[in-house]
Amino acid sequence: MNFLDQIWLIPLFPLLGAALMLFFGKLLDPQPVGQASGPAHHGQAEGLPHQTSLRKLIDFICPGMVLLSFVFSLGAIYQLRQLPGRVYQVIQFTWIAGLPFHMANGHLATFQADWGFLLDPLSSVMILVVTGVGFLIHVYSTGYMAHDNGYYRFFGYLNLFVFFMLMLVLANNYMLLFVGWEGVGLCSYLLIGFYFHKKSACDAGKKAFVVNRVGDAGFVLGMLLMMSVLGTVKFTDVNAILRSGQFPAETAGFGVLSAIAILMFFGATGKSAQVPLYVWLPDAMEGPTPVSALIHAATMVTAGVYMVARSAALFQLTPSASAVVAVVGAFTAILAATIALVQNDIKRVLAYSTVSQLGYMFLALGVGAYWVAIFHLFTHAFFKALLFLGSGSVIHAVGGEQDMRRMGALKNKIPITHWTMFAGSVAIAGIPGLAGFFSKDEILWQAYSSPLGSKALWFVGLATAGLTAFYMWRLMNLTFYGRSRVAPETEKHVHESPASMTVPLTLLAIGSVLAGWLGTPKLWNLGASFHKFETWLAPMFATGAAEPAGEAGHSASLEWMLMGLSVAVAIVGISIARYFYHNRPDIPDSLEKSFKPLHTLLYNKWYVDEIYDFLFVNGLGKGGGRVFGAFDRTVVDGGVNGAGWLTRFSSKVSIWWDTWIVDGAVRLTSFSVKLLSYPACLLETGRVQTYAFFVVAGLLAFFGYYIAR
Amino acid sequence: MPVDLMPASADLIRLLPEIVLTLMGTLLMVLAAILRKRSSNAYGNLSIAALLAALGAAVYAYTRQGPAFGNMLVVDGLATFFRALVIVVGILTVLASYRFLRRQGAETGEYHALLLFSIAGQCLMAAANDLIVVFIGLEISSLASYVMVGYLRDDKRANEAALKYFLLGSFATAFFLYGVALVYGITGTINLSGVRAALTAPESCLQAGAGSVLCVQNWLAPWPIFLGVAAALLFVGLGFKVSAAPFQIWAPDVYQGAPSPVTAFLSTGPKAAAFAVFLRIFMSAFEPGGAAWEPLVWFSALASMTIGNFAALRQSNVKRMLAYSSIAHAGYVLVALTARSADGAAAVMFYLGAYAFMNIGAFAVVGHLAGKGERYQDIEDFGGLGQKQPLTAAMLTIFLLSLIGVPLTGGFFGKFYIFKAALESHLVWLTVLGLLNSAVAAYYYLRVLVMMYFREPSQAAIEAEPLRPGLRAALLVSAVATLFLGIFPNWVLDFSNKSAAMMK
Repeated sequence: MNFLDQIWLIPLFPLLGAALMLFFGKLLDPQPVGQASGPAHHGQAEGLPHQTSLRKLIDFICPGMVLLSFVFSLGAIYQLRQLPGRVYQVIQFTWIAGLPFHMANGHLATFQADWGFLLDPLSSVMILVVTGVGFLIHVYSTGYMAHDNGYYRFFGYLNLFVFFMLMLVLANNYMLLFVGWEGVGLCSYLLIGFYFHKKSACDAGKKAFVVNRVGDAGFVLGMLLMMSVLGTVKFTDVNAILRSGQFPAETAGFGVLSAIAILMFFGATGKSAQVPLYVWLPDAMEGPTPVSALIHAATMVTAGVYMVARSAALFQLTPSASAVVAVVGAFTAILAATIALVQNDIKRVLAYSTVSQLGYMFLALGVGAYWVAIFHLFTHAFFKALLFLGSGSVIHAVGGEQDMRRMGALKNKIPITHWTMFAGSVAIAGIPGLAGFFSKDEILWQAYSSPLGSKALWFVGLATAGLTAFYMWRLMNLTFYGRSRVAPETEKHVHESPASMTVPLTLLAIGSVLAGWLGTPKLWNLGASFHKFETWLAPMFATGAAEPAGEAGHSASLEWMLMGLSVAVAIVGISIARYFYHNRPDIPDSLEKSFKPLHTLLYNKWYVDEIYDFLFVNGLGKGGGRVFGAFDRTVVDGGVNGAGWLTRFSSKVSIWWDTWIVDGAVRLTSFSVKLLSYPACLLETGRVQTYAFFVVAGLLAFFGYYIAR
Repeated sequence: MPVDLMPASADLIRLLPEIVLTLMGTLLMVLAAILRKRSSNAYGNLSIAALLAALGAAVYAYTRQGPAFGNMLVVDGLATFFRALVIVVGILTVLASYRFLRRQGAETGEYHALLLFSIAGQCLMAAANDLIVVFIGLEISSLASYVMVGYLRDDKRANEAALKYFLLGSFATAFFLYGVALVYGITGTINLSGVRAALTAPESCLQAGAGSVLCVQNWLAPWPIFLGVAAALLFVGLGFKVSAAPFQIWAPDVYQGAPSPVTAFLSTGPKAAAFAVFLRIFMSAFEPGGAAWEPLVWFSALASMTIGNFAALRQSNVKRMLAYSSIAHAGYVLVALTARSADGAAAVMFYLGAYAFMNIGAFAVVGHLAGKGERYQDIEDFGGLGQKQPLTAAMLTIFLLSLIGVPLTGGFFGKFYIFKAALESHLVWLTVLGLLNSAVAAYYYLRVLVMMYFREPSQAAIEAEPLRPGLRAALLVSAVATLFLGIFPNWVLDFSNKSAAMMK
């Protein structure tokens, strides 16, 4: 079977699932009358799962569709490896037919967008993550959501999300990518607000949508500018033009290409939750936990990273834009990590951690290490999905409680959850041998050694690594070890989750352990099969020009030293967390008291939300109105009053003109339309003879025309 | 030269849709007599099955393109497009008829048999490559539809409409026959390929079918007036069928009097088939003499648009209003014909495709609301439909917006391609007048929308029964197709462009 030709089926399967669910799902999953949809109390005796045999069908259809996509993706990628160029592009049909327009340089170009798919090493990594991790999260959801109403709605949205995400990563042009981009945004909105009767959930959904829309504006502008400068939005054409040397690299300053790059990156900051638009992601945790894992950790939020990597040819020509990307990434990484230090809601800690890890990816993109960014995206998908699902399992166990201050000592009660989360935490902290170490260490090394990197960027990255280790082990200690702080009546019900949840956790934990071995440091000299990731992706980002001798300038001993340093920082972070929250639980409290202002500042997330409220929501929205009002009263009104008499005079003229000329013309038109409609109806006498007469008259008129001519 | 009377199998395959329809129509007649059941869903189901089989046959025939029966028929993209179109029109008509007929207590086999015969005639028209075959197809289609108009025997309006339609129809067809005779007199042939050859070169021979050679001569090449007269005579017959001015005058009376599903059918099926013949005769056979017939079509296009739209402004009866709108739409299509280009031909095909769905949909809603005995036909009767039956109103909204030509509907792209083709052929005045006309048209369609959404429910809206599955399917299919053509026009346009390029 030729999977490459059937590539269109990959997004189609989840779309089919979504259509089935959203159109017919209600038949499969009738809701009990008089009970609003809402979050049930997980693990409590009330809220009996009203599982019907029909509902079982949903459990098969929705994960099954994603599994089918996964199988087809594997097949297609296997066959892609055998293609010479490892690029497979297929155009299903022309979506927007050729529209001629004038480019910025005056040439006439034709704008065309196809419904086409592009499978290359970059998109192949993405579809594996989306379908593979997506499938596991679907399976998990069958267990996690079993007590909820609107089961079919949830899975319909989830499948729809997978469809749009696959469209996003498989699109062969920016226009079609944007369809997926908006589509995942829509699904994210729907799923954050899944518990729609909860005001906080609705607000969070709205916030995500609005903030994303701000970023989208940048993306659209970038796309339009690209269209008018390059004349195309097709990836292969854009890359060919940019790599042809037609546009020189903008090393000296800030040119039009940099403008395109910055605008597109602004779009990415919205979708991938970077400074200044990261504020929506923590609030998005109002959605069900599997949604947080799939959309807000493993896939959708990485769309911005994917898009920038996809535009590598553009960013390679614009060092100043790349520098912006790197700085924003590094800043986001450390900012979010500091906030994560003091949060008490288990999902919020993970949300800020996600923002921070995405910052790492952008740091890598900014210093030109594109494959490393995708590598981190890949490993992060495993361990962050694992951590989110694990936190979901914990929440499930303690009856919906999310505050870590009311957990503790859960290690032996939910052992599978504990051990899988343990693996995930070790992985994200950066202990050698697990996934997070390899990708994070490579990012740090690139930040240090790349021609675009610097010691400052490296140091911020290193500090973030230490903070990451600390807040993750704070989370582990508060949740699983120490003294139990669980409410007594909940304590009795604490139980391990069903197999549908623990099996995905286990598989993801295995992935978190092993995924990193595809990209071991070159220093280790482990042989080709341990560098697979780089060799697979490298051709995507080759500029064609000679590689700058970046790495050659640094000695191996330096690299060993830096690696050792980052491991040391991770171990120190873990140890401090262990000491603070296990051995001496009194220290955090006393620290909190002695550094009250700093703690308050971090706990309130640097007051960014409040600042945004002040600046944009109240400031521009309401205060701006006042400023404009004052401007109106003084400057505009003055001019208006001065011009008043002139207006009054000219108004007399225009009244005359209006009454006699304009109104007259309008009346004349409507009058003549009416007048014309009379004879048109007069013809209808209802008598056959008259009608026949008209037929003959018409024919004779035709004859007359020929004779008279 | 001995003539082999046994048709070859390829010939039969190319005639397969007509064969299937005729056989099934006959079978329905016989069944109705045997079963002695006045009223049954089974007839409708059988007729849908027949139409689906014919659709399959039409597609199958497309895989074996080429002339058949000594070049009297030709199966090409144009033929297949129109065959498929009229068959789909038939399916939608049957779907919309189930409930309508049951309400009138007249679900008989004859109704469906007549429909199948009429469609068979239209399929034949679409594929005809010979003026006599055109005539035969025209007659088969017309005779069946005369009866269908008067199908509700006890309805006085229907009786009157049928008689008028029959008398005037026969009258107009007679002119068509005169035209055929005159063409034969000029060129010595009635084969359309032959006519084209004769008009291109005064004396020429061409291969006609297996082994036989057809030699034609244009006796009257120095006197183009005869060509013009022949074109005018043919135009009467075809213009009557498509209700183009000045031969449109029967349409309002007949459309109003006929049962609504029949009106839906009349305003789309025979119209599409007649336009197929139009394209074949005027764009292919008479194409070399284009300068002679272009003024006729130009005049007729403008007159149809103007008369249709302006008269529609004053109607209070919805069916009558839609009848005038149908005249106006024939005018738009004639604009594309006037362009005399492959783009114009493609625009004709695309427009008729889009028009079929939106018009059937609109008439189906009218029939649904009219109630027993078609009591409610006034625009006032649509008051408050949006409150009482939001789904029905929403779909009618889609159809009306498409008839206006609002973007994202098939009607928009239809008009867009038509006026684009006209502009490319430098028909600036016709384009300007056409666009003004479509602006006028928006008024009377919008009136219905205002009624539906901004008025209190009328008696008709209160009494209206819920949508039945058959009608619901017809409406959904039409609405989806209308939107689909408005969002992905290329799928149909590619095919029609290809067919139009192949036509010559």
